[in-house]
This record gives sequence, structure tokens and C-alpha cells, in this order.
Amino acid sequence: MPLQVKRLLLVFGFFIGSMIVLIHFLTPDSFYQFGHYRGKALDEISNHEAKYVDVKSCAMCHDSIAAVKDSSFHKSINCETCHGPGYKHIEDPEKNKMDKPQDREFCIICHAKNPARPQKEIKQIDAVEHNKGEVCITCHNPHKPWE
Amino acid sequence: MGIKKEKKENVSRRDFFLKSGAIAGGVVFVSLLDPLKAVFAVKEPKDKRKKWYGIGIDIEKCIGCASCARACKKENDVPKEPFFFRNWVEQYTITNEGDIKVISPNGGIDGYKQTVPEANIYKTFFVPKMCNHCAKSPCTQVCPVGASFESEEGLALVDQSYCIGCGYCVQACPYGCRYIHPDKGVVDKCTLCYHRLKKGLDPACMMVCPTGARMYGDLHDKDSKLSKFIKDNNCVVLKPQLNTGAKLYYNALSQEVH
Amino acid sequence: MERFESLYNALKHLDGYIFPNEIALNWDLLIVMYPYITGLVAGAFILASLNRVFKIKALQPTYTLSLLTALSFMLVATMPLITHLGKPERFYEMLITPHLTSAMAIFGFVYLWYLMVVLLLEIWFDYRYDMVIWSHEKKGLMRFVYKALTLWVSDTSEKSRKTDDKLGYFITVVGIPSAFLLHGYVGFIFGSIKANPWWSTVMMPVIFLFSAMVSGIALVLFIYMVISYLRKQKTDILCLDTITKFLFYILIIDFTLESLDQIHRIYVADESFDILQILVRGKLFVTFFILQIGIGTLLPLGVLGYLQFKKPKEKVRKVIYFLISICVLVGIFFMRWNVVIGGQLFSKSFYGFTSYKVDLIGGRDVILSLTWFIVPFIILTFLLWLLPPWKKHHDSIIEN
Repeated sequence: MPLQVKRLLLVFGFFIGSMIVLIHFLTPDSFYQFGHYRGKALDEISNHEAKYVDVKSCAMCHDSIAAVKDSSFHKSINCETCHGPGYKHIEDPEKNKMDKPQDREFCIICHAKNPARPQKEIKQIDAVEHNKGEVCITCHNPHKPWE
Repeated sequence: MGIKKEKKENVSRRDFFLKSGAIAGGVVFVSLLDPLKAVFAVKEPKDKRKKWYGIGIDIEKCIGCASCARACKKENDVPKEPFFFRNWVEQYTITNEGDIKVISPNGGIDGYKQTVPEANIYKTFFVPKMCNHCAKSPCTQVCPVGASFESEEGLALVDQSYCIGCGYCVQACPYGCRYIHPDKGVVDKCTLCYHRLKKGLDPACMMVCPTGARMYGDLHDKDSKLSKFIKDNNCVVLKPQLNTGAKLYYNALSQEVH
Repeated sequence: MERFESLYNALKHLDGYIFPNEIALNWDLLIVMYPYITGLVAGAFILASLNRVFKIKALQPTYTLSLLTALSFMLVATMPLITHLGKPERFYEMLITPHLTSAMAIFGFVYLWYLMVVLLLEIWFDYRYDMVIWSHEKKGLMRFVYKALTLWVSDTSEKSRKTDDKLGYFITVVGIPSAFLLHGYVGFIFGSIKANPWWSTVMMPVIFLFSAMVSGIALVLFIYMVISYLRKQKTDILCLDTITKFLFYILIIDFTLESLDQIHRIYVADESFDILQILVRGKLFVTFFILQIGIGTLLPLGVLGYLQFKKPKEKVRKVIYFLISICVLVGIFFMRWNVVIGGQLFSKSFYGFTSYKVDLIGGRDVILSLTWFIVPFIILTFLLWLLPPWKKHHDSIIEN
């Protein structure tokens, strides 16, 4: 074999060899465990903190409010839909208070009249004209909106 | 002179075949290289006892409050700016002339202003959008390093410690579900709140929906709420012609929705 | 708020409806640069192979120059990609755990193959004899450099030169389908995205390939004329005429393919047609009709076609060739622009458009793209100093 070809094969052999070594050392440990991805990634993704707590946690302390809510139209709505995520409040109920939306704009988000809103799913009002300027909870108990 | 010319012709003919052979060989080489394991990112588990997640959305129940979009941003630390969404809600308005207007102000979180006068509205409805967690997802197919993958339960997830941020999956998703996180530089998308599923909780968007328009479940369990929903309604997926194996089933989806 | 200033601006200038995540154009100018540069590589190499394999002797003056040009641009070809990544330091993952269903991952290996086995080897075989001679002539550091480049082989016998020639020829033959593979894969990266109807066509790899050849040939034409001017040497008019003849032929094929793609799209007029029509006539009007088709294709075709029949004086021809090469280079750049940027301007909902503003002053993507386009010229200058083609020792072995 001509000398130049021998030298070239040496160079290429070295290059391929180093690639194999690099692949061996740089491939993450849990790769190929379940498929073409790092198996550890599943644990890393599930380690994220859950901010919204589960449905029953609120009723454990606030049972009277929960009972009122269950007797009216808002019974199918989760507490955290209006009050926001509860994970901080569960840890330290005194220090971390939940959101208590008081303003008109909040209720309007769902109840403003919009032709795209199915009438049988939700009662809708004219966002501007209905009791103009008033705050909703003046007349409606948010946990029992229809007395 | 004659013999020399013949020899030259033989040489050039030989050359021609050599070159054609090289080109033909190259073409075969290319076609063999092309990935044959193309479409199925993960095989649906044959064992029907294993979970295979799907999602259902009932358009007839959606009131467009965008509680889902709001909750998702809070739960998953999605950037607050109106350019990054894991899920969002669109409002479609079809006028009497046949014009189709679609809006999604800040993904629906900022509420909707209807500019078409009511008399002129032919049809209008809300459509919540999110990752379809496709069974044959094009996004996982094109990831060059294996950071976008499909878990064994059929969820399309992203390994953010491994993602290089090339954005190929963002281009490949037909539904616009992915975005490049501005701070992390890697891809972010809906995980069906995998971290909540593992703790036995429901995804945040499903939990906060006030009308129960959103649901998820095990497609293998024929008694699950989702399976019954798909059975009892005429459910379709978005862009079925692309054969993505989308597992987000809409009830009462109008043809104008893309 | 300043971080997202451009996005808030784009939000104000939305046309119709887009999916909220689509407002940011992810594949920016750098990703336009990447197929442009790889295309130049493939095209320059094809010109060299026309001389070596298909025995077009008139192209001899540009043979080595084409190879060195191809190498200069090849060394830079992946840099636009790497600097565009959200996490550039992780780029090696594509070579360590390549996901084989991804065209981008396969491209990493095609690139390595082409760089190491085709380009470097061919140039090495072509220059080996000369590098041995130079290693004897020079002293000091340059002597060491040349000796290292020859891998410490100092054989100058006729037998070894015949081996060089045979192996170089073999590499060039392998290099032709490899060049097709290289730029075909770039086309496939776009053509395989079924989500995007502007990109998703079977023709995409073929169109990319032929436009690459056109741009590469125009580049070599341009560089040959510039280098000869700088060295105060006369350009070989027969060589120039032959280059432009091939440029003309391949430009015809390229134009035919692109026209076929568009005509098919217009005739079939499927779901995506309405939005794409608005895209081409609106946001892409200047870059598509005027720059890509007008200046980049029809003008060169007309001029070169006319020149096939009626040849003006040598001096006039040389000026025309120079200007046409620039027109073609600009046209093919905007072809890449129309594909990459155009494909992201319209929403996948088919209901609207976003916008892309290039910050001509100080935008990160502009500065980087310009850098990656200029650096190959600097590398080429260095290579021409290290391995000057005009100082090579030609004799009968190479000529046959």
C-alpha cells in the first residue's frame, strides 16, 4: 500500500477512535433507558412544584364556605379558579393569604355578555350597563350568587 | 488513428458508466440513509393496562374565560408576556358574508372585544388550544438530539437540560404549541402537568375550568370519562390530514378552525 | 420591557390572526445564511468536478481555486447554526446522541463526511506533491508546517504521483453524490416539515441543490475574476466563457424546477394556497419577484442566453460576467431568504401574518451573518497564501 495511504488511514483511524471515545464518555448515563432520551429527564420534569393544590384541600379548613358553594350555581367551580394557586397558603395559612378578587372586572371575565358564550352554560350580563359602576359582590355572594 | 479513437471512445464510455454508477450509488445511499423509523415516536403500549393519555375538549361548554390559560401560566412559570403560551383560547366569529375573524388577545387572558355587530354574526364560538400530545408527533421526530421525546404514557415532553435550542421542533409542530423560552433558551411546551400527574393531581388547566369543558384521561380505559366523551360525541382532531396522531379530541369543532 | 420591544412592535403590526407563539420568528437571518453557505460549497465543488471527472479542460484554471473556495466556506458552514442555537455550548450533543429520525442530526455526519473525506482529502491529494517540494524549499516554521501537512511523507516519485492522481479522481467521483447529499439534506431539512406548506414539497431538496450549484459557480466566477485582478493577471477568456455556459445551463434547470413547483402549487391550489398567495404578493413581493426572480434569474438568463448567440468583445464580456455573477449571488441569497423567512411569516392557522424586521444596524443576527459570510474570504486568502495554485508544478501526469 502506498505510504501516503497508510498515513491517511492512520489519521482517520485516530479520528474515528477519538469519536468513539468521546461518544462513550459524553453520552449521559440514563440515555437510551426508555428510548432516545435521558431517562432521568422524567424525574426532572416531575420534580416541579405543584402550585395548585387538589380539590379537597380547601374544604378541610373552609368547610362552611365549601358547603355554601355546593348548594348553588358555582358548585362545579374549583376554589382555585377564582382564588389562585393554594400551595403557599397550605404551607403557612397565616402568612400567605389567597387572592380575594373584589373588583367588577374579575366577575366580568366570565359573565360579560358575549355571543360566543353558550347561553345554557353561564348567565351573562351587559358588562357596562348592568348596575353600572357597582361592585358585583355588593349584591351577589360569590359562593352563592343567586339567593 | 482509428484504433486510438476507438480506445478513447471506450474510455469515455467507461467513464460515463463509472460516473452514472457513482451518481446512482449516491442516490441509493441517500435513500437508505433516510430514516425508516420515521413516524412513530413511541409505540402505543400493547399492554392495554398501561396508561395512554388523551385529552378532550367540549367546544359547546367553553365560555372563553381563559381560566385555563391563566392557571397554566401560574402553575408552570410561563413568562407573563403575551408571546409565550403553553395553551390559549381563540374566539372565532363568522360573519353573514362568510368572513372569518379569529382573535386571541393575550391568549384570551385579557378578555375578548367583539367588534362585529351582533346582527352581522352568523356563528361565533371559543376554541381552547393546547399541545395535542400526538402519538406520531412530528416534533419528536425532528429533534436532532433526543431532547423532545414521547414518554411511554403518550405525553410529548421536553428535556430542558439537554435541549440545544435549535427550534426545529417549533417549526415542525403544526399546531403552534411550542415556543423558545426567553430566559432558558430552550424549548418549552405543555407537559399535561406531568409533575402533577405523578402526584395524583389533575393538570391545572383541567382543574380550574368552571364548566368542565376540558378533560383528560386514559384512552385505553374504555370506561374513563374521556373514552365515554369520545364515544358519545362526534369528536375530531385538528389537521387530521397531517396524520400526526393527535390525541386532543374536540367535540363540535367547526371546519373553520385550523 | 425593552427585551421584548421588537415583539411588542410586531404585535402592533399583526396582520390577521396568528397563533400566539408564532409572533417571534425563530429562524432568523443566520438560518438564511446557513443554506446559502453550504450551497456555495456544493456548487464550487461541482464546478471543480466538471473539470476533473467530466474532463472539461477549459475549466482547468479554476479547478484548484474552486476546491479552496469550497473548503473555506465549508469550514464556516456550521457556524451560523451553532451561533443561532439557544444553547450553543451543547451543540456537540448532535454528534454524540444523534436522533436518527432527524434530518438535522444526519446532516452533522454528512457534513463531517464531506469535509474530511471529500474536500480535505481531494485537496490533499492534489497538493501533496507540491507540499513536499515546498517543505524542501522553505525554512524554519513554514518547513515544519509543510512537512506536517504532508504527514511526513516525502515521496516524490512518479509512482506516488500517479497514486495521488488516481485516488484524487476516485474521491472526486465519490464527491459528486456526496455534494448532492450535502445540499440535498439541507433541502430535506425544510422539505420534510409537513406542518409548513411553503416548505413541504418533494421538490425542495432538488431545488436547493440546483440553486446551490448556480450560486457556487457564480461565486467561483466572481472570485476568479477578483483574484486575477488583484494579482494583475489576465483571466482566461475561454475559461470564463465555459463557466458562464454551465452557469446558464444549470440556471435554466433551476428556473424550470422552481417554476414547476410554483405552477403546481398555483394549479392545485390546496388549503394553504390562499394565504401563500397573499404572502407572495404582499410581504415577499420585493424579495421574490424583483430580487430572486428578476435580478437573480431572469436577468442572468436573458443576458447569458443572448451571449450564447452573439459574443461581444472580450473586455465587454468580462464586465458582463462579473456583474452577472453578483446578480446571481444576490438572487440565490434571496431565494434562501424567501424560503426561510417567508415560511415563518404566515401563520400555521392560515389566517394571518407576523413580521420580521432586520435591524440593519447592530442587530445580533445581522452582525453574525455578515461575519460568517466574510470570514470564509479571509480563510480563502490565507489558503491561497499557504497553498498558492499558481505556484503548483504542473506536468503531463495531471494534464491527462
